Amino acid sequence: MSENQQHTLDPNKWIDLHSDYLFNYTITRVDNEELAKDIVQETFFSGLKAMQNFRGQAAERTWLISILKRKIIDHYRKINSNKGKAEVRINFYEEGGRKGSWIEERVPRTWDNEAEKDIENVELKQTLEKCIQNLPEKYRTVFLLKNVQQYETEEICNELGITASNLWVIIHRARQQLRKCMEDNWFAK
Amino acid sequence: MSNKLFITCDEATTICTKNQYKEASFWEKIRLNIHLLTCKICGLYSKQNTKLSEVCDKHLLKKDCDYKLSEKDKEVLKKKLAEADK
Repeated sequence: MSENQQHTLDPNKWIDLHSDYLFNYTITRVDNEELAKDIVQETFFSGLKAMQNFRGQAAERTWLISILKRKIIDHYRKINSNKGKAEVRINFYEEGGRKGSWIEERVPRTWDNEAEKDIENVELKQTLEKCIQNLPEKYRTVFLLKNVQQYETEEICNELGITASNLWVIIHRARQQLRKCMEDNWFAK
Repeated sequence: MSNKLFITCDEATTICTKNQYKEASFWEKIRLNIHLLTCKICGLYSKQNTKLSEVCDKHLLKKDCDYKLSEKDKEVLKKKLAEADK
């Protein structure tokens, strides 16, 4: 063996060593205890099956977390399919001499100062959640992975098979839609 | 994105969004700022985009917690795992 530390796997100790950590990691991301338990269990099962692919470069927990992250992305894909068929509306001219400029009726409106200050408001949270639900599936998934799960850009690109510039176009459009929805339903209603 | 100094509103707002995640490059930020000097609409958009980030951070991010599995759950999980390992 080389001087570099070679990590090993010991499934018999997984539950004692890592289950709390994985459970905590999952529950803060899926918000449902039963579901979090299921995902943790699936992660250990997948880990068992994939043991021969373990090269000893990462620590056991890091390796398990990478499997867990994929499970969470799968979960997000599942819950986000078949919902929100709404199209994303275009805010900028797509061709001609004014290509890339704002379309007049899509220009942002000034927001109400009082509404802007009241950021802790519970109804604001509900409005935000509703607006996110209204995003088309692909946009919602990428936006949530980035904003709630705080995945790295590279991780999302690898998992979803998209390029970084693709990802930014998606997030840009998702946020434009979100901004407009929050404007109409909260900040300038 | 191209290397030109002057960019469209569509490009400027895209960079503005990247910047919300601290992932805009140095040159992108320069181009964005040049654009913002002359474009009031994107200035307003940029301000609101920052507000949106603030609202999202406030209401979407999960706080650190310390959840644990019960001993019973762990026993069940151990049994299942042992069976799967056979």
